Amino acid sequence: MVTNITNLGRSGLSDWLIQRISAVILAVYALFMVLYLLFHPGLDYATWSGLFSQTWMRVFSLLAFISIAAHAWVGLWTVSTDYLKQTGVRFAFQAVVMLAIFVFLVWGVQVLWGA
Amino acid sequence: MSTLQVSIYRYNPETDSAPYMQEFQLDTQGRDIMVLNALEMIKQQDSSMAYRRSCREGVCGSDGMNMNGKNGLACITPLSEVVKDNKLVLRPLPGLPVIRDLVVDMGVFYKQYESIQPYLQNDTNPPATERLQSPEERDKLDGLYECILCACCSTACPSFWWNPDKFVGPAGLLQAYRFLADSRDTATSERLARLEDPFSLFRCRGIMNCVAVCPKGLNPTRAIGKIREMLLSNAT
Repeated sequence: MVTNITNLGRSGLSDWLIQRISAVILAVYALFMVLYLLFHPGLDYATWSGLFSQTWMRVFSLLAFISIAAHAWVGLWTVSTDYLKQTGVRFAFQAVVMLAIFVFLVWGVQVLWGA
Repeated sequence: MSTLQVSIYRYNPETDSAPYMQEFQLDTQGRDIMVLNALEMIKQQDSSMAYRRSCREGVCGSDGMNMNGKNGLACITPLSEVVKDNKLVLRPLPGLPVIRDLVVDMGVFYKQYESIQPYLQNDTNPPATERLQSPEERDKLDGLYECILCACCSTACPSFWWNPDKFVGPAGLLQAYRFLADSRDTATSERLARLEDPFSLFRCRGIMNCVAVCPKGLNPTRAIGKIREMLLSNAT
């Protein structure tokens, strides 16, 4: 048993589950985006804006944003504990990553519900 | 053509300031001998060369080493399986401290093995004879109990290289599942609780180096997957 306090779920099992579920959500979102762009070759601002003005698309996008935030936290936390051996450097890296994830998430919400 | 170029990792901490590779020429007389036989012929050229060996038939697990970049047991690996362009490079198992030449300090490996409590635990009263298993229950231990603890798998695993003090490693986890799968063991939930953190089990990224190198053909990645399933069904 190894104690950790900076990983997302405080447990390896929950981090592992979060990582897998968020990966599925991100795959579906990416697939949707690729197909949407393929089926709208001459995409203009009005169509694009129309897509994101619908509630289901905003919910779907927010779900994807939260998934990428969780996915990045679990993934980069793992990278930091593999390669950054000095506690100070590792903690600083984790703090910067968590701060960036938080900022991007709030910014994403603002973009979705702003305009 | 029958002269083999052998390059061996040498390090004696009492006399060498740093490890170096020593070149040997070996006349195999065209025979496809085992790497261990080649090592023994080289030891006759230079008796200061150190390596571990015992049974010479893949049972004791003493002569695990890195042969042309791949871990394995020298005693059951024929030259034809590893030699490329008439060259053979022998190094100690990666990731463990070198004591001398091809001899590594297995301390951290054994410590992780000890951490999974590799012995049967049963809190019920012992029966008059032995604890019986059905043939089906016994079948579940196949592919798990055969491990000889040679450390080829754990020292081929990057997750074990980076965190040997926290990640149990494929060898230890295979044995953890060996006792989780045993119908006679009653410590299942305690065993699972010790593996639930982000390092002990979940540092496995499933790259299957362990499966690729295991000289006994065992599959630690599958055992790790089974433990994950047990943890998941307990926790959801």
